[in-house]
Amino acid sequence: MNVKTLLLCLMTFFPLPLWAQGYAGLGGSAEGFDVPKAGYAFDFPKDHGPHPSYRIEWWYLTANLKGEDGRDYGIQWTLFRSALKPFETDDWQSPQIWMGHAATTTPDGHFFAERLSRGGIGQAGVISQPFEAWIDEWRMAGPDFDTLTLTANGEDFGYDLSLTAQGPLVFHGDAGYSVKSADGQASYYYSQPFYAVEGVLRLQGGDVRVTGQGWLDREWSSQPLAADQSGWDWFSLSFEGGDKMMAFRLRGGRGDFTSATWINADGSTEAIPNGTVQLTPLRTDQVAGREVPTQWRVVLPDRGVEIEVSALTPNAWMGTRFEYWEGPVTVTGSQEGIGYLEMTGY
Amino acid sequence: MTWATVQALLSHWRVHRLQLATLLIGIALATGLWSAVQAINAEARASYARANAQLAVGQFDELRDPSGPIPMSRYVELRRAGWQVAAVLEGPYRVGGRTLRLMGVDMVAYPALPAVTEAEQSAEATEPADMLTAPGRLLASPELQPLLRGQTNLPPVLITSALPPDVILTDIGVAERLLNQPGAISRLVVLPNQPRDRLPLNQIAPELKRISPTTQVDTARLTDSFHLNLSAFGLLSFAVGLFIVNGTVGLAFAQRRGMIRTLRALGVSMRRLVWLILTELTVLALIGGSLGLLLGFFLAGALLPDVAATLRGLYGAPVTGQLTLQPKWVLAGLAMAVFGTLLASGHALWRLSNMPLLEGPGVQAWQSNSRARHITAALGLILVVGGAFAYISVGGLVAGFVLLAGLLTGAALLLPALLATALSALARTAREPVSQWVWSDMRAQLPGLSLALMALLLALAANIGVSTMVSSFRLTFVGWLDQRLTAELYVTARDEDQAREITTWLRPQVDAILPIRNVELFHETGPLFLYGVVDDPVYRQHWPLIASTYSVWDDVMAGNAVLINEQLARRASLWPGDELKLSSKHYLPIAGVYSDYGNPTGQAIVSMAQLDQIAPGAEMRRFGVRMPPEGATAMAQNVREQFALSPRVVVQQAAMKAQSRAIFEKTFVVTSALNVLTLGVAGFAILTSLLTLWTQRLPQIAPVWALGLNRAQLARLELLRSVLLAALTACLALPLGLVLAWVLLAVTNVQAFGWRLPMFLFPWDWLWLFVLTLLAALIAAALPALRMLRLPPADLLRVFANER
Amino acid sequence: MEPGDGLHWTVWISAANSWKKRKQIMLLTIDRVQKTYPGGRPVLRDVSLDLDQGQTLALTGESGSGKSTLLNLAAALDSFDGGEITLDGTRLSTLDDAGRARLRRNQVSLVFQQFNLIPSLNVAQNLSFHARLAGVEDTTWNSHLAERLGLSDLLGRFPENLSGGQQQRVAIGRAMAARPNLLLADEPTGNLDETASETVLDLMLSLVADTGAALLLVTHSQKIAGRLDRQVKLSGGRIQ
Repeated sequence: MNVKTLLLCLMTFFPLPLWAQGYAGLGGSAEGFDVPKAGYAFDFPKDHGPHPSYRIEWWYLTANLKGEDGRDYGIQWTLFRSALKPFETDDWQSPQIWMGHAATTTPDGHFFAERLSRGGIGQAGVISQPFEAWIDEWRMAGPDFDTLTLTANGEDFGYDLSLTAQGPLVFHGDAGYSVKSADGQASYYYSQPFYAVEGVLRLQGGDVRVTGQGWLDREWSSQPLAADQSGWDWFSLSFEGGDKMMAFRLRGGRGDFTSATWINADGSTEAIPNGTVQLTPLRTDQVAGREVPTQWRVVLPDRGVEIEVSALTPNAWMGTRFEYWEGPVTVTGSQEGIGYLEMTGY
Repeated sequence: MTWATVQALLSHWRVHRLQLATLLIGIALATGLWSAVQAINAEARASYARANAQLAVGQFDELRDPSGPIPMSRYVELRRAGWQVAAVLEGPYRVGGRTLRLMGVDMVAYPALPAVTEAEQSAEATEPADMLTAPGRLLASPELQPLLRGQTNLPPVLITSALPPDVILTDIGVAERLLNQPGAISRLVVLPNQPRDRLPLNQIAPELKRISPTTQVDTARLTDSFHLNLSAFGLLSFAVGLFIVNGTVGLAFAQRRGMIRTLRALGVSMRRLVWLILTELTVLALIGGSLGLLLGFFLAGALLPDVAATLRGLYGAPVTGQLTLQPKWVLAGLAMAVFGTLLASGHALWRLSNMPLLEGPGVQAWQSNSRARHITAALGLILVVGGAFAYISVGGLVAGFVLLAGLLTGAALLLPALLATALSALARTAREPVSQWVWSDMRAQLPGLSLALMALLLALAANIGVSTMVSSFRLTFVGWLDQRLTAELYVTARDEDQAREITTWLRPQVDAILPIRNVELFHETGPLFLYGVVDDPVYRQHWPLIASTYSVWDDVMAGNAVLINEQLARRASLWPGDELKLSSKHYLPIAGVYSDYGNPTGQAIVSMAQLDQIAPGAEMRRFGVRMPPEGATAMAQNVREQFALSPRVVVQQAAMKAQSRAIFEKTFVVTSALNVLTLGVAGFAILTSLLTLWTQRLPQIAPVWALGLNRAQLARLELLRSVLLAALTACLALPLGLVLAWVLLAVTNVQAFGWRLPMFLFPWDWLWLFVLTLLAALIAAALPALRMLRLPPADLLRVFANER
Repeated sequence: MEPGDGLHWTVWISAANSWKKRKQIMLLTIDRVQKTYPGGRPVLRDVSLDLDQGQTLALTGESGSGKSTLLNLAAALDSFDGGEITLDGTRLSTLDDAGRARLRRNQVSLVFQQFNLIPSLNVAQNLSFHARLAGVEDTTWNSHLAERLGLSDLLGRFPENLSGGQQQRVAIGRAMAARPNLLLADEPTGNLDETASETVLDLMLSLVADTGAALLLVTHSQKIAGRLDRQVKLSGGRIQ
């Protein structure tokens, strides 16, 4: 065992590409950990904070931004929590492991960084009120969940942004109980997709003032995936006119599992069941030595949605310890808009 | 035609089997000793490199607090200010009587640590939860497996060959418990890939010092001089071995002159002959070299455990005791064999290739080489003076070695002239015709023997020099032990509570209790261990000070001054009157410097009160007990029984001294072994030279024989001659050896170990070496003498006869 | 002195002493000596020969006839297989290696064709070496010899710096410095040209005559042999 194995274990809890290897003991069981149940009553602001008795959890923010230079940008700020054991201590022996990913995507480049820490000693963590999520100097914090400042730094990029919620929290699946496979694996899953964003991107060419919109996902679980599921494709799309859609496809050996949430401009939602939304790759690009779909057809017949989703920058590859694709997209077709795409397992 | 020529050339070896054996042995000895040293050095260096790479020593900058451990809160502050640093907590950890280095790293923040990634391949897979949470796991090399097995108080151990032999690697969370230092951090490794826009260090943690890899204590650098010493020895052995090759090849070529003349007369070109002989020499070199590699491999294997023990003892450098055969080493060894053989045969080959077709065998010119001798002597003088000049004008370790090299080669080159002068002087005093002949004959033999005698001179000088150094060291060390180990008993308690119990129990029964408390600080020149002492007459009377102010102990005990060890004094150029920075707040004037052998790190001593100020909470578990020595054994037993302590934590002075001496002796086992081997090779060189001279001896001896000396007398004279030459050489080697010893003690040791030793003289050792030398010369001359004794008169008569 | 007279004188002496100690009469008596080399080849077969004080005898014969061997035996350089050689009353067959060496040291002097001299000693040292070895050094006689042999200017030189004729003159000087009863010479002029040959032979014969030593000289040259008192020719290991 060592850290690579540790990371291997760690990452298998996340929607990242190692499911196919079916790592022993991680697909199904959840000894000692709590398991999501339908009908959970969320308790805010407490539930914005961490849930150490669940195996995995994340605070996952993406934003589509427009620079005052007229160019399109995207940023990602993610804090993952992974529990080796279902409790927390206040020293080096804490079994809570934290991992941060941050990225900035420009029309011609993609910059990212990664941080690792354990809980307990104060290097990383989340508190719910006033809200603060941090790892090292990366920080997402504010008096409450609706008003946040966000910073992250890598070797060659950084950003300081402020987020202001323009709408309510949105709950996926059955009131936040999101089923992830036909066998019933599930997670608690809610989002704040209505952030207005402004601030500064620090790029190698200099600082760029930006404005745009952000989408924050909150999810926690203990056994989110079926053993045969090898990766996923996840879309968060904002259409002109204010409607939004979250859609994902879990690619499994026994067939795909799809799920989506239609979010109206006022924040009301409709959960779209497995098999309804159609997600089809249109073209692939050679990215980091793999064939990665960078253009998709997304069809949701009930809503008259028939759109093409294209990557702003095909090379939005997260070359972190466990690699995946995450980047801003543009939407054309029956609806126009922008959004973020995450693809794992390629 | 080539094949016929080859057959003719090779037929020589069929007749002269002993010569062939000598040649191969010469090559094998030269290659073997050299390769053995190379293998040892390579293995040690590979160990350091592996250890450094695995533990990422010397790759990254480090942050340290000169006044002691870094609190965890500082780490978090740095992290939260953007500094990408990894926490390391390390310290000595005793397991089963052996002190290991326990290294706890933050395995989450520092996952790229090579030892950890490598261990993945070798150790069985473990859940990260097991590694990071209680009880945790320990990673250790296979060498430690027997030691760690059966230790019930330790976390489970994973064996991986990716670690140095003396290190236990674990997560920092496990280390803080084992080392009983919760929340403490020894140092922070500054990781590559730092983010932009981070605050400067002095705004976050001004007390931390950033240390670049070059100033970190690097075992490879620390041990360089040790390996340089070994290499010098290896090269010396190689050179001495080449003297044998030179002698044998010279003889073989001389004997083949007739055959070569015939071959040329039959139409084989000189060019072709030279190529064939070159090929022949190369093949012989490869055969001898292979034998030498075999020899070297076993020799290195035999010596390596001791070298490893030495390096561990002296520098704490991790070296495995096992030898791995590396192809590079084999190739280098063979190349060295070929190179050496061709070098040693070059002169003979050149002379052969320039031999006129019709030249007769010729009489050796006995007197015409005085000119050559003068040139050689002048060159030798220049080398000696040049070496001395280099040392005086430059100084330092390298200049020290230049001085040594100049001295040794220069003296070797001067040897023939010195011997010739001595022999002339002796010849003038000779009254008797036979003794007159013996002296003049020895002088005449000098050119043929001088190479072998040079080898002997070098071997003897090295012997005298090194053994004087070792013996001086031993004497100093033993005296120093007597001074340093003054308490009759040394006790290490399990914890501070037990220590209090024991001292309370002991106090009414003994003369005094001397607490031993220390804390690890950091000085610019490396780790610094600060000790606190109580005011006891024993320190004032016995502590081995090599430099001090007038009121040294009063100042120290009043808390106004500090004592430092010699290593720190020399490394940092700090002497009484200077000031030592102990932490950002504590500066103390240096009142004295004490000798502290066998310790690679810096050390300082303050009063106990001062220690409490500088490093509050330094643990109090160890103490010395002063009492009448005759009661020590019983008292040790009582303490052990009373407090259920194991024998190794209640140690008597005598046992401690014995242990220290044993370590000392082990340190110089390799040196002694190489010493003896070099002398043996030199003896063998004399034998081959004498055998080489043998054919040229007959015209020398025959007239004397004819004039009425019998063969027994002549054989005795042969022995006498060899012994006398060896004795003369030994007399010249003595001053050379003493100069060598001085250089080793006053120059090399200071640079290599950080201490200077007084030089003692050991005439009995010299006498013993002298006797040994005479014995070696006697044995070397025994074979030629025996031949002389059994020589048929017809062979002698043939000298005078027509057909020659 | 006529050869005949010499012979007569020898016979007379021997007759006069025969009733006392026979071995005291003749300086050198070789009596039915046999010598076989390893390998079984006989070199000398029953060779008998006498040589008296003051006599000179040339031993001639072809290459391999055994003449050098006979001289070596007479010089106690080698041992023989049968018969007896008596030198100045000493029976050589009774001597061991050390005894033979003592005899060589004290009673005979040798001059060989080459390599007579000790290379590491200079002319003066070579000249006096044998005499000193025998404990009979006489410096006046030495300087007389050096002068007579024309070596006075060469005393400090080493053999390698001398011509062949000079080397042989030193060898003769060394031989005569010990005042031997018997001088044995094996082709002493064999490596020299005619002029040098003449000189060396003249010097040798005159010195022998002056000191009253006997001379046994091996040569293949009839011309040289003709200058001696007697000649004995060996052929196939026998006297003809």
